[in-house]
Amino acid sequence: MKSKKSDNHLDRTALLDQLWMYQNQYGCIRDQDVEECSQKLGISKIELEGVISFYHFFHRERTGHHTIYLNNSIVSETKGFQRVKEAFERETGQRFGEQDPSGEFALFETPCIGLSDQEPAALINFYPFTNLNSLKVRRIITDLRKGVHPKAICDEVPDHVNYTPPKDKTIFFREYHPGVAVSKLVDITPEQLIEEVKRSKLGGRGGAFFPTGMKWEFCRKEKENPKYIVCNADEGEPGTFKDRVLMSEMPGLMLEGMITAAYAVGAQEGIVYLRAEYTWLLEKINNVIEHFRRMNLLGKNICGIENFDFDIRVQLGAGAYVCGEETALLNSLEGKRGEPRTKLYFPTQRGYLNKPTIVNNVETFCAAARIIELGTDFYLQTGTPDSPGTKLLSISGDCFKPGIYEIEWGTSVAKVLELCEAEDPFFIQVSGPSGECISMSEKNRKISKDDLKCGGSFMVFHSDRDIIHILTNFAEFFKHESCGICTPCRAGNYIIKRKLVKLSTGLAYKRDIAEIAEWGKIMKMTSRCGLGKLATNSLLLAIDKFPKYFKKKLDKKGEGLNKNFDEEKAVMAYEKFRS
Amino acid sequence: MAKKIKFKIDGKVIKAEEGRNLVTVAEENGIFIPSLCYYEHIDPPLGSCRVCTCNIDGHAGPACMEKVRDGMEVEVAKPELEDVRKSLVEMMFAEGNHFCPSCEKSGDCDLQHMGYEMGITNTRFPHLFKDRLIDFNPKRMVIEHNRCVKCRRCVEEVLTKDGKQVFSFCSRGNETVVGIDYDMEAQLTEDEAVEAMNLCPTGAILVRGKSIARPFGDRKFDYESVQKPKAEAKPKKNGKPAKLEKKTIATISLAGCFGCHMSLLDIDLGLLDIIELVDFNKSPLTDIKEFTKTCDIGLIEGGCCNTENIEVLREFRKKCKVLVAIGECSIWGGLPAMRNMVPLEECLEEAYLDSMTTETGESIVPYHEDLPKILDKVYPCNEIVKIDHFIPGCPPTATHMWKQVQNILWGDQFSILYSEFKYD
Repeated sequence: MKSKKSDNHLDRTALLDQLWMYQNQYGCIRDQDVEECSQKLGISKIELEGVISFYHFFHRERTGHHTIYLNNSIVSETKGFQRVKEAFERETGQRFGEQDPSGEFALFETPCIGLSDQEPAALINFYPFTNLNSLKVRRIITDLRKGVHPKAICDEVPDHVNYTPPKDKTIFFREYHPGVAVSKLVDITPEQLIEEVKRSKLGGRGGAFFPTGMKWEFCRKEKENPKYIVCNADEGEPGTFKDRVLMSEMPGLMLEGMITAAYAVGAQEGIVYLRAEYTWLLEKINNVIEHFRRMNLLGKNICGIENFDFDIRVQLGAGAYVCGEETALLNSLEGKRGEPRTKLYFPTQRGYLNKPTIVNNVETFCAAARIIELGTDFYLQTGTPDSPGTKLLSISGDCFKPGIYEIEWGTSVAKVLELCEAEDPFFIQVSGPSGECISMSEKNRKISKDDLKCGGSFMVFHSDRDIIHILTNFAEFFKHESCGICTPCRAGNYIIKRKLVKLSTGLAYKRDIAEIAEWGKIMKMTSRCGLGKLATNSLLLAIDKFPKYFKKKLDKKGEGLNKNFDEEKAVMAYEKFRS
Repeated sequence: MAKKIKFKIDGKVIKAEEGRNLVTVAEENGIFIPSLCYYEHIDPPLGSCRVCTCNIDGHAGPACMEKVRDGMEVEVAKPELEDVRKSLVEMMFAEGNHFCPSCEKSGDCDLQHMGYEMGITNTRFPHLFKDRLIDFNPKRMVIEHNRCVKCRRCVEEVLTKDGKQVFSFCSRGNETVVGIDYDMEAQLTEDEAVEAMNLCPTGAILVRGKSIARPFGDRKFDYESVQKPKAEAKPKKNGKPAKLEKKTIATISLAGCFGCHMSLLDIDLGLLDIIELVDFNKSPLTDIKEFTKTCDIGLIEGGCCNTENIEVLREFRKKCKVLVAIGECSIWGGLPAMRNMVPLEECLEEAYLDSMTTETGESIVPYHEDLPKILDKVYPCNEIVKIDHFIPGCPPTATHMWKQVQNILWGDQFSILYSEFKYD
């Protein structure tokens, strides 16, 4: 980790670490910490408060000796979230979101924590606890009360790599030997390297599929120095956990991808932005970094390549979905609120600290490392001509084998459903809430760049699941996770959520559906970043794809009187004064 | 000296220096692109309100983020785009708690002004009535969070002498607020504080003792539109049709103050003409209590705060062919909706049990089967029944109301002047 402080000055980029220090030490960030910290940074207290309040793992009010974050994502909800939540409240005697005067337990809900294959799951002091049920909760709380450290009783998180293609087609989950990819750099020039990555047609695996080779080339051409390599390990899209598994199985591969990128563009510093939900992976990654330094895979003159100096540190996030957006992530790295930047410049032009920066996803770096290791020709054998290689899917929801599936690009949805032994699939959410939903009539669509793009999340729901319930969960998620800068996203998600609640009461009119569609389009057209643009995507698609379902939800009579105005409910408050 | 370039807005060729801001260049050429967060010397621009969304080379995007370049093609006046921009301003009205008639900034407010320029009569979105605080803690300022549109101007522009922020965004999502640093605020001079107040596009930043509103007529946006006046639609001159069919009007004041009815009478001598053309049926003006026939048009003042309002409104819907909501209260709740942020219990306890004038030991909140029941909040009329037209204002001007009524009844062409279109 970066050196933090001289006595009275703090570097802004080290702010998140400093705030974590306070949070871990005192269970909150106290007034005196804010005072001290703002003085060291030379900023006003309110600016600091702005940063603290942006991240939901930072608290100004004291949390507990044991702080419990229970995942409230849709998969968790379908697997018994409510019962587990009640169990936690019963066993601890605390309510979610309220302060515990004794300071023993603090309970919070949190969006997806990347354990969708073993829900319901929670983090206790950031150690993972999975497959929870009432009994297990009782056992955990009893142990914690006895003074057992959560580390001692937390769950070993299995990786659940359930499927890989035949050996000659597997890219990611094949044997990994540290240093093989980097050693190949000795023989090629950066230009050749970029050419190879371009030839492989590798696209950004965070979900936008921007050509990686092109990105690296842009960055290489920038005159400004130093340059930075940032690995986006802020895997926040609900239902995604592929990066977690990659970092757990082979963190070295990710680092090698970053080293490769550094060689390509001429960068000296790399940063892994790891989401705080994966704090339990931090030690492992740091150990590998240390190991790499000893192997001269990091440090000076790497692998004997003269003047190739590069090192990597890990920066922990603090809970904000929007930081997965690359410019928001950069702001967060700089110790600011994780608000997306305006799109005047690409990060390759002005990124971290306004210097040219490559931001790529964990999977992208891993793929890049494999391309160099195995050769572009090997990579091109797999997949389709337009999307060569394989893709990692994180499958969760109503199937018998949730987990990671390394599939060839071009595999059909039906095949994927068969592999994971989906149970009466009906509504499938691809790429998470901001992706798209598909119905079974589309089961022959192929997962590829030109048909069904998939960022990694693949959630299966069977026909008993209520679509509105799923969509309301998504709307709540976006309402909570919007950064709050632009009007359409901040207000729009709030408004849409209310509409969905109305729809769920079965009292909406056709007009309401039309309005949702219109308003969704407005948000799509005017929002500042992907979060707002994509927030209503699934909702709009669902209305198109499941017309029968939505028709059932409507009240048919109109007559100029608004039948859904609930007069009884409106006078309920007043009825209390009846003597 | 920057290069001169040519580009197009809605097909019109415009010459400008390369790299200047699109909103400013458009304005200089008489093309109005609505904007709120855009403030000339904030560079780079903020791009937070999105009200200036236009089509730039075929893609929708905020105009304030664009620098003009050669050959660029901009679409501004397209109806879809106009509707989108309008919807964004409506969204701000629905998101905040904007009670124009009681706001110090009314008439000088950029948000209100955008509403006038775009002719917003009602918001398509339900008002959220989120409970928000008013921060009286700062030494010199008062921060009215109800009115903040999160444009970010103050965050970027208001700094202390040593460059520290006085304002900052806090929290996120729909909880986002602009927080103020009390210590830093105390360091500002009086002039700087006033400057901050003026920088705010709405009435969210006020300075104690400095915020007394200017009288009506002296305010920034009272008379002049920044847009070129559209050619006024002329009433058809080919002689008045010999005889207009006589129509029936009904009017009612629900949870309102009768101000709109008063304003109706402001047409003065025009009333004499109107009396010849219309009959009044149920209306406080005639004191006819019950409908005697189906009416052509019903004018509704006020929203619904109790069950009697609802019953009357539903009767109006049944007995009138066209319903027109007149005034802010009927459109979205208006001033009575100030209670919407507070639970009803608290309102009633404050009024009947804990007020300054109640006797000690008072324990009765009026409740009787003959009394209408009070609703949990004040509802706009269109949440109870379908409303066909909306005329905004508190009150709307008489000319606006009568022009619109004539249009509805006899199809007369009309145009509402900027100065006739009012929220307060």
